[in-house]
Amino acid sequence: MLRTSLKALAILGGLLAAAPAARAAEGEIHIPNQGFSFQGPFGVYDRASAQRGFQVYSQVCSACHAMHLMSYRNLRDLGLTEQQVAAIASQVTVQDGPNDEGQMYERPGRPTDRFRSPFPNPEAARAANNGALPPDLSVIAKAREGGANYIYALLTGYGDPPADVHIAEGMHYNAYFPGHQIAMARPLNPDQVEFADHTPATVENMARDVATFLQWAAEPELELRHSMGIKIIIFLVILAGLAYAVKRKIWANAH
Amino acid sequence: MASGLHDSDIPNPVLRWIDQRMPIFTMMQKEYGSFPTPRNFNYFWNFGALAMVNLMIMIATGIFLAMHYTPHSSMAFDSVERIMRDVNFGWLLRYVHANGASMFFIVVYIHIWRGMYYGSYKAPRELLWMLGVVIFLLMMATAFMGYVLPWGQMSFWGATVITNLFSAFPLVGEWIVTLLWGGFSVDNATLNRFFSLHYLLPFVIVGVVFLHIVALHITGSNNPLGIEPKGPQDTLPFHPYYTAKDSFGLVIYFIVFAGLVFFAPNYLGHPDNYIPANPLVTPAHIVPEWYFLPFYAILRAVPDKLGGVLMMFGSILVWFVLPWLDRSPVRSMRFRPIARICFLLWTVSFLVLLYCGGKPPEEPYVTISRIAAAYYFAYFLVILPLLSRIEKPLPLPESISRAVLGGGPLPAGAAAKPMEKA
Amino acid sequence: MADSGEATASGGTPRRDFLNLVTASFAAVGVGAIAWPFINSMQPARDVLAMASTDVDLAPIAVGQAVTVMWRGKPIFVRSRTAQEIEAARAVPLNDLKDPQTDQARIQRDPWLVVVGICTHLGCVPLGQKPTDPRGPYGGWFCPCHGSAYDTSGRIRQGPAPLNLAVPPYAFTSDTKIRIG
Repeated sequence: MLRTSLKALAILGGLLAAAPAARAAEGEIHIPNQGFSFQGPFGVYDRASAQRGFQVYSQVCSACHAMHLMSYRNLRDLGLTEQQVAAIASQVTVQDGPNDEGQMYERPGRPTDRFRSPFPNPEAARAANNGALPPDLSVIAKAREGGANYIYALLTGYGDPPADVHIAEGMHYNAYFPGHQIAMARPLNPDQVEFADHTPATVENMARDVATFLQWAAEPELELRHSMGIKIIIFLVILAGLAYAVKRKIWANAH
Repeated sequence: MASGLHDSDIPNPVLRWIDQRMPIFTMMQKEYGSFPTPRNFNYFWNFGALAMVNLMIMIATGIFLAMHYTPHSSMAFDSVERIMRDVNFGWLLRYVHANGASMFFIVVYIHIWRGMYYGSYKAPRELLWMLGVVIFLLMMATAFMGYVLPWGQMSFWGATVITNLFSAFPLVGEWIVTLLWGGFSVDNATLNRFFSLHYLLPFVIVGVVFLHIVALHITGSNNPLGIEPKGPQDTLPFHPYYTAKDSFGLVIYFIVFAGLVFFAPNYLGHPDNYIPANPLVTPAHIVPEWYFLPFYAILRAVPDKLGGVLMMFGSILVWFVLPWLDRSPVRSMRFRPIARICFLLWTVSFLVLLYCGGKPPEEPYVTISRIAAAYYFAYFLVILPLLSRIEKPLPLPESISRAVLGGGPLPAGAAAKPMEKA
Repeated sequence: MADSGEATASGGTPRRDFLNLVTASFAAVGVGAIAWPFINSMQPARDVLAMASTDVDLAPIAVGQAVTVMWRGKPIFVRSRTAQEIEAARAVPLNDLKDPQTDQARIQRDPWLVVVGICTHLGCVPLGQKPTDPRGPYGGWFCPCHGSAYDTSGRIRQGPAPLNLAVPPYAFTSDTKIRIG
C-alpha cells in the first residue's frame, strides 16, 4: 500500500512539477527575488508601501499607462478614507453623457468611476509614444513572468548597454526586459515624488512601492485568499486524520 | 403485492412509497450499498470517484461563473476581471474552475494509468474502456473551448493554432475551419459558439459517465491482481468499506486542490493569458495548457502538417483499440515483468512528451520528442502485440482472498452478495 | 473477535460512534461552508453596490411640472409642486392615511418632491407625470393596473397599494441640483 501510494504521489508530483517547468523560460534572464511582504503563503500587503506606490503611479506612470480595471473606490481597500478617495477622484475630469442635448460633457471624477485613462484609445496612445503602446497596468503583475519582482527589476534595470549591444533609435537598454531593448525611457528618477510619510524617494524605494501597488491592483483578494486557504487546509488536515481513522476502523478486520 | 409496484425492502415508509413507484433507493442500495467490490483495491481505485466529484465541482462553478460572464470579444476579458474583483467570491469561483480543470486532468490521467497498468481495458471491460476514451476526448474539447473564453492572448492564439490544424485535411479542411470559426479568423463568432458548446459538453460528459458506470457495474471492477473475484470471500460491500476509503481519498484530493487554489492559483497557467487578446501580436511562445502538452509535442514532432495532425489524433485514437492490440490473458502488469518495464518506459515517454511540449520547437527538444513519440506508438502497435505472444507471465495467485488474507474463514460482518457472473 | 469485529458503521462501541459522529460533523461543516460562496456570489456585486447615482438639474423644471429620471434602473418622479398642491398635502390628517407620514417628512426642500415611481402594490409605473395623464382623485398619481391613487405628496390614499411611494436617498449638491443615490 505504501509502495502504491508513493507511486501515485510520484506521478502526481511529476505532473505538477513538469507542468510549469515545461514552459519555456523567457530567455535566460534571471529575475532577483526582492522578498516582498506579499510573497509566500502567509504574504500580506504593506499598505503604506502600496499607498506610496499609488502616488508614484498617479504622478508618474498614469501619464501614459491606463489602469482601466481599477475604480477609485477600490483605494478604500488600501486604507484610504472615503474623503481621501473622493478627493482623489474629484481631481480628475472624466467624460460623461450624453446629456439632454445629446452632448458628451466633462465632470469631476467620483469614487465609482474607473481610473481615468490618459488616452481615449490605443491608436492615440501609440501616436503619443512613437508607435509603442504603453500597456494597461491593471493586471500587469500577473501578465509578466516574475510578477512584482520583474516589475521592480525592470524599473531599476536601466543603464548603459554593454559594449557589444547595439540599441536601436528611440529604444533604451534595460537589463531585464526580454530582448534588452525597451521603448519606455527610464521612468523613475531620484526625488521625483515627495512622499507624505517622508520615505526617501529613491529609485529603489519608488520601484518597490509601485511594484507593491501593482501587485495589489492585480490581486486585491490575495490576503483573503491566503487567510481562507490556511483555515481550509488546517480544517482539511484534521478531517483527513478523522476520515483515515474511520477508514481504518471500518477496515480493521478486512485485511 | 399490488401489481405494477416494485417489491421494495426500504424500511422508511415515505422512501418506500417512492421506491415502489421508482426503485431509485433499491438501485442505490444495490449499486452503491451492497455492491460486491474486490477487497484488494489500492488507492489507485479512488481516482474514478475523484473524477466524478471533480466533474460536479466544474459544473457547479461553471454555472455560477456563467451568471457573470459575457461571451463577447469586446467584453469577455473585462467580465472575467469583474468576476475576480467585484463579484462576491468571484475570485474563488474562477480559481476553483480554472484549477479544477487541471485537477480533473491530473485525476483522469492517473485513472487512465491505473487502467493501463492493471489491464482494466481487457475483456470483458473493453466497452467500459472505450467509453472512458470518449469521456477523455470530450474533456479535451471542453477544456480547449473553456480556455478560449477569458479571451486572453493564449486563449486567442491557442484557438487560432488548433483550429488551423483542421485545414490540414485535404478537400474539406478549409471548409471545416471556416465552419468552426464562423468567419475568416478566430473572432467574436468563434467565442460565442465556444461558450455555448463549453456549457453543453459537460452535460454530455455526465451522460457518458453514466454509461461508463453502467458498463462497470455489469462486469464489476478489476483489481490490482487482475484476477476475477471467485465468491463473496473475495469481495466487500461497497458501503461502508469503499465509501469510507473514497471519503478519505477525497479529503486528500481537496488538500491538493486547496493548495493550488489558495496559494498558487496561477502556477499551472500562463501569464500571457492576462494580456487581452490581440490579433496583431503573436506571443513569443504559444503553448496550450499543460494537460495538452504531450499531444502538442507529438503534433510538432512530425514535420508534415497533415502528418502531425493525424499522429496527434492517432495518439488518442490508438487507445480505443488497445484491448485488441494487447491480447495477453494476464491483466495486471504485476505478473508481466517485461510488459511492466515497457509500460513504465511508456509512462516516462508520456512525461517526456509533456515536458518537451512546453519547450520551443528547437533542438534538442525536437529530437527528444521524436524519440519519445516513436516509443509512445511503438508500445501500442509493436511491443504489446509482440508481448501478447512471447511473454511468459509470473504465476497468478489462486484467488484474491488467498492473496490478501492468506485464505481462512470469512471475517465477521464482511458479508457481500454473491458475485453475478460476468 | 466478537466485539472488535464489528464492521458496520452503525452500532458498535460508543467510542467508535463518537469518531463517526465527529467525522461526519466535520464533513457537514465543510459541505455547508462550500455552499456559502456560491450563494453569496449571486448577491449584488461590489460594483453594483457601489452606489450608482444620478444627478438631476432642477432648474429647468417649472412649478407645476414633473420630470422622470432613471436611477438604478427605476423611474424617479421629480415634481415641482404648486402652492396648492403643497397645501393640500399638508392639510391631510394623519389618521386618514393608510401609511401615515407627514408631507414634511417626505421632502427636503420646497417645492420639489422626489419619489420612486413604482406603485407599492405590484410594481407598475403610475400615471401623472405628463400634463395629459390622469392624476386620480387625490391629484397626485394614479396607477392604472389596479387603481391605486396617490396624493400630492405621493402617499397612498385609495386602492390596494399598502405603502406610500418610496422616497429615494438624495442630497442637494447645489441650490438647484440634486444627486440621487
